[in-house]
Amino acid sequence: MSAQRALPSLRISSYTASSCLGRGRSATLEALEGARGGLKRCDFPHAAIDTYIGEVRGLEEVRLPEALSSYDCRNNRLAELALSQDGFESAVQSAARRYGAQRIGVLIGTSTSGILQTELAYRHRDPLTGALPAAFNYDHSHNSFSVTDYVRRRLELQGPATSICTACSSSAKVFAAAQRLIAAELIEAAVVGGVDSLCLTTLHGFHSLQLTARGPCRPFDRARDGLSLAEAGAFALLERAADRPDAAEVLLLGTGESSDAYHMSSPHPEGAGALSAMRAALAATGLDATDIDYINLHDTGTPSNDSAEAHAVRGLFGGATACSSTKGATGHALGAAGALEAVICALALEHGLIPGGLNVREPDTQLGIHYLTTNRRTPLRRVLSNSFGFGGANCALLLGRAAHA
Amino acid sequence: MLEARIRGVGVLGPGLSDWPQLAAIFRGERGYESARTLLPAPSVLPAAERRRAGRVVKLALAVGAEAVASARTDTRTLPSVFSSSGGDGDNCHELCSSLATERPLLSPTRFHNSVHNAASGYWSIAYGCTAPITALCAREASFGAGLIEALAQLACGAEAVLLVAYDADDPPPLQAGRTIPDAFGLALLLASAQRRADEPRLQLELDAGAPSRLEAAPLETLRQTIPAARGLPLLERLARGERGELWLDYLDHVTLAVRLELSA
Repeated sequence: MSAQRALPSLRISSYTASSCLGRGRSATLEALEGARGGLKRCDFPHAAIDTYIGEVRGLEEVRLPEALSSYDCRNNRLAELALSQDGFESAVQSAARRYGAQRIGVLIGTSTSGILQTELAYRHRDPLTGALPAAFNYDHSHNSFSVTDYVRRRLELQGPATSICTACSSSAKVFAAAQRLIAAELIEAAVVGGVDSLCLTTLHGFHSLQLTARGPCRPFDRARDGLSLAEAGAFALLERAADRPDAAEVLLLGTGESSDAYHMSSPHPEGAGALSAMRAALAATGLDATDIDYINLHDTGTPSNDSAEAHAVRGLFGGATACSSTKGATGHALGAAGALEAVICALALEHGLIPGGLNVREPDTQLGIHYLTTNRRTPLRRVLSNSFGFGGANCALLLGRAAHA
Repeated sequence: MLEARIRGVGVLGPGLSDWPQLAAIFRGERGYESARTLLPAPSVLPAAERRRAGRVVKLALAVGAEAVASARTDTRTLPSVFSSSGGDGDNCHELCSSLATERPLLSPTRFHNSVHNAASGYWSIAYGCTAPITALCAREASFGAGLIEALAQLACGAEAVLLVAYDADDPPPLQAGRTIPDAFGLALLLASAQRRADEPRLQLELDAGAPSRLEAAPLETLRQTIPAARGLPLLERLARGERGELWLDYLDHVTLAVRLELSA
């Protein structure tokens, strides 16, 4: 591990998420407070798979602004819908007036971007030439940069931009990359987020790996049998924190990243990479395990993921720190999961709520972690959010209330 | 100010087999002849993974290996930034063709190879590298996005960072929407500018100057058609030992002003 110097904390000055739990922060919070999940039986077209999914309702009706209509696809509609909640757009506009549009970066995590558009185009190839339909626009839909390009144009920002595509840790890593760009003074603020939408590649792909749960996914359950695929759009506006920030503010304190060097689609069985990502997040902030009040686990509900992560959490935190996975409620939004769960962590900090993990019938007590299956109301100082992806790309985010920074 | 020292270079592309050959072409010591890019089998990978490695994986591993070969770098702890404008088009074509059938049966290997970070994942497995590895895409701006991320990691305390930019052509029908004529990869082993003075140093700022062009027309065509080749003007100066300022293509209305200093 290379020595990283401590980076300045960032203020999460505006944030929002839309998922199968609903549109925006209050819908998300209400669902978590009411322990209501958003998963439903899979009825996605061309995906006759016996599983549950987390769908964002109403994407069919979303319209992109006329000037950006060439970007139209499910993923960019989801980006548009998510951007339009909680005054996020106006918060960004206000930041652009303060800093200048060139001084705000855009970093979005996605795993499949608008690939659904290509999957559908392959169903309408020219019978003679094999060509895709003339209306198909690869750059503005399928390409991994499409969603970042869309968000940047939609918000009229002109700073550096990139998509980060490390599968299921994509939109956790955007927080780490943005913190570096701000620390290096290339930008003053960043729009970060994750947008990933349901598509056939992931539905059939995870099914081929025998990783899709038959019912709603059950992270931490002894009989957990896989994940529930989902979609989500989540955004945060990050700015350098003031020297004396308002006590109620939520800050990104630090991040930790690592690689498994083990296997493309299976985690290291003892969670070695997960452990070093969490350890790096603590080291980056000078905090230790007892400073963390809650861990939002990556726990997807697959047998191997949950046991590997529990192994790592036990190794670093022992069995005392409260943890849970919110994927029983939201499903696994893949490249958007990191940002969605960062937003859930910000809500948890702001409202003093540890959301209990849903769908647990028989806790897998052998995992040896303090997993909550019911909500707990308690003031939280600092929380950790884990995201691990295919290719062994791991990222842990450490968020906290400014009062305890 | 973002800055770095350039410790190693790797190149592979149409008619280009490695950095010494490209450097000789840039210096006018030999001519450039275009030919289909030859991708070596990635011998660093375990046999099972080697069989499954697609063209982009071979490409990325090859240029990354060249960039780290000459330096005494511990690849197990070396952070890296992989950046590609697209990904594995061959694999995507196979998956989408299968998904267009009524009862799709996807290969699990094809599925996990479909992630944009497949090449970086294989790199990590090949070298036992547990340091942070990221995978970026900024379409035409992917080289610039990767360079910025690598330099930002150095600015935040990393001692060295490997940047691997790579792109491969897609098969039909995907090809129709893209300009990339062949596989091209460019890797830079970048080190903190705080140490060792005998390596070329680059400094980078966001700017609006017109991108620098390459003197040789066929190479300039590569620069214009392959996003990973947008970094070639830097290699041209480096090969010729020319210091001074150049501009690398990045996003609309933003270019990267790069000042190159050579050792005395």
